[in-house]
Amino acid sequence: MSTISRQRPSLRSTIPLGLGLILGLGLLLVCFMASVGLGVADISLKTVYEALTAFDGSTDQLIIRTVRIPRSITALLVGGAVAVAGAMMQGLTRNPLADPGILGINAGAALAVVGSVFWLGTTSLSIYAGFALLGAAIAAITVYALGSLGRGGLTPLNLTIAGAAFTALVSSITTGVLILSQRTLEEIRFWLAGSVAGRDLDLVVQVLPYLVVGMVIALAIGKQLTTLSLGEDIAQGLGQNTAWIKVAAAVSIILLAGGSVAIAGPISFIGLIVPHIVRFWVGVDYRWILPYAAIAGATLLLVADIGARLIIQPQELPVGLVMPLLGAPFFIYLTRWQVRR
Amino acid sequence: MINDTFASYALTTRKLTLAYEGKVVIDSLDLAIPTGKITVLVGPNGCGKSTLLKGLGRLLKPKHGVVYLGCDSIAKLSTKAIAKRLGLLPQGPTAPEGLTVRDLVAQGRYPHQGWLQQWSKEDEKQVNWALSITQMQEFAHCALDNLSGGQRQRAWIAMTLAQDTDILLLDEPTTYLDLAHQMEVLDLLYDLNQEQSRTIVMVLHDLNQACRYGDYLVALKDGIVYKQGYPNQVMTETMVQDVFGLESQIVSDPVAGTPLCIPIGRKISIKAPIR
Repeated sequence: MSTISRQRPSLRSTIPLGLGLILGLGLLLVCFMASVGLGVADISLKTVYEALTAFDGSTDQLIIRTVRIPRSITALLVGGAVAVAGAMMQGLTRNPLADPGILGINAGAALAVVGSVFWLGTTSLSIYAGFALLGAAIAAITVYALGSLGRGGLTPLNLTIAGAAFTALVSSITTGVLILSQRTLEEIRFWLAGSVAGRDLDLVVQVLPYLVVGMVIALAIGKQLTTLSLGEDIAQGLGQNTAWIKVAAAVSIILLAGGSVAIAGPISFIGLIVPHIVRFWVGVDYRWILPYAAIAGATLLLVADIGARLIIQPQELPVGLVMPLLGAPFFIYLTRWQVRR
Repeated sequence: MINDTFASYALTTRKLTLAYEGKVVIDSLDLAIPTGKITVLVGPNGCGKSTLLKGLGRLLKPKHGVVYLGCDSIAKLSTKAIAKRLGLLPQGPTAPEGLTVRDLVAQGRYPHQGWLQQWSKEDEKQVNWALSITQMQEFAHCALDNLSGGQRQRAWIAMTLAQDTDILLLDEPTTYLDLAHQMEVLDLLYDLNQEQSRTIVMVLHDLNQACRYGDYLVALKDGIVYKQGYPNQVMTETMVQDVFGLESQIVSDPVAGTPLCIPIGRKISIKAPIR
C-alpha cells in the first residue's frame, strides 16, 4: 500500500464519476445475466436469450421466465432500494451505523406481517406485502414523531434513540407472538429471514411504483442531503429549509425500505455496508453516493443471491442469511483498512 | 425615529424573548448591532450568548419580539434570502469524514444556487477568493480531518465567507485553538472587517481579546444586557464583579492600549517583577 494518503475525488470531478457509474451499470447487467443463468438447474445463455425472444414452453425456458427472471428482478430492485435508503439514513442521522432497521422500519414491517398471520391467518406473499408496507410506514412515522418530542426536537440523536427504543419494543412483541404461536412461526420463518426467491412478477409490479417514487425523491434531494450532512445548524445557516428535506428524505426512506421489506422481507446488511463501500469510492457527495449505492446494492444482492443458490446445492438458503456471511468479513476488512490508512 | 436607527444597524432586536424547552434564556432584549463593526458578546457560561447568536441568525424562533435584519423582520424573510445576507458559524462544527476543504468551502455557495442550477463562474470566483483570503489554498484538496484545529477553523470560516454575506455571526470561533491560532483567526476576522467592512458579531470567552478586537462589547448576564458600549466603557472592575462574580483589576493593555482584565484569584504570592 502506498504511504501517500488517499485523495478523495472532489465534488465536481464529474467525468470520472460519471464513467464509473456507466461501468457500474455494465457490471450490474453482467451480474443480472449471471443471476438468470446460474442455479441448481444449469441453463445456457442461449436458452436464456431464447426464453425471452422465442418462448417454446420447455422446462428450462419456463424456469427462466417464471423463476429466475422474477427472482433476479426482485434482487435488483430490493438491493438498490435498501442501499439507497441506508445511505440516506446515515446522512440524516449522521450515524455511520444507521440502516433502514434503525428507523424501526424492518421491525414495524415484521410485526405487521406476523400479526396478520397470527390474527387474520394470512398466507399469501402479496398480502404480506401490503401489511409490511403499512407496518413500515406506521413505524417510521411513529419514530419520527417520538424523535421530535425529545429535547431539542428532531435531532439525529433523538431519531436514533426513538428508532432503537421502538425497534426493541416492537421486536419483543413479534418474538412473543412467534413463541406463543407455532403455526405463525412455521408460516413466517422464511419471510423473516429475508429472501428474493418465489416472488412472482405481479407482486413486484404491485410494489414497483413505491420504489420508483422513493428513488426519484432520493435522487432529487442528493445535493440537499450533502449540505445537511454538515449539521443542521450549518445547513439552516446556508439557507436550507431542513424540516422539509427531512420530511422528503423520510418519505423516500419509507417508500424504498418499506417497499423492499414488503417484497423480500427484512434484508439486513446491504443498507449498512453498501453506502460505506460507495463513500470509499466517491467521497461525501450524496449526488453521487445515492446513484452509486443503488447500483452497488443491486449488484451485491444479485451476487449474494447467486451464492445463496449455490453454497449448499441442491438446497438453497434465504439470501437474507447469506448476506451477512458475505458482508461481515468484507466490512471488517474495509473498516480496518480505512482506519490504518 | 425607528427608521433612522435601522439604517446604521445591521441587526436590531425589539423585545426579543428566546426560550429553550419552555425555559426563557433571553428575556425581552433590545439590542442593536452596528453595521460594519465588530461586536463581541461576552458573559459567563449559560448567560445566553450562544442562544442570542442563534436567535439573531434565525436558527431559533423567538418566543416573543422581533429580530430585524436591516429594515426587514427576519421572520418574514425566506431562510434562503437571509442566507444571502447573513452567514453564521455555530460552535464546534463537524464535517463528514473525508470532506475536502474545497468541497466544504463550495457548500458556502448553497444559498446562491437553485435546484438545477449548475456551478457558476461567480461561485468559482467566490470559493477561490475565500480560500485565498483564509490562506487555505494549499490545503484545498486535503480532507478536513487531516488538518490542525486552526486550519480546520479557517476552512469553516472560508465556507461562511464564500457565502458572500455582509454580516457574519460566529460562536466562539477560537474554541479549542492554541493561543497562536486564536490570534490568527481573530486577525483574519479583523482584516475582513477592515478591508471589506463586514459586520461581525461573535461570542468570545477571552475578555482581553474581546476588548482588543471588538469595536463594541455586549456584556450579558442571565439573559439580559448588563452593559453595552465601547470596550473601555463596558470593561470595568464592577462589570467583571457583577457579571462574572470575579474580583479583578483593569489595566491598560501595554500593546494596544485597550482594557486588560487581570483576575485576582485567592492564590497571590508577590514575586519579583519580570525585567
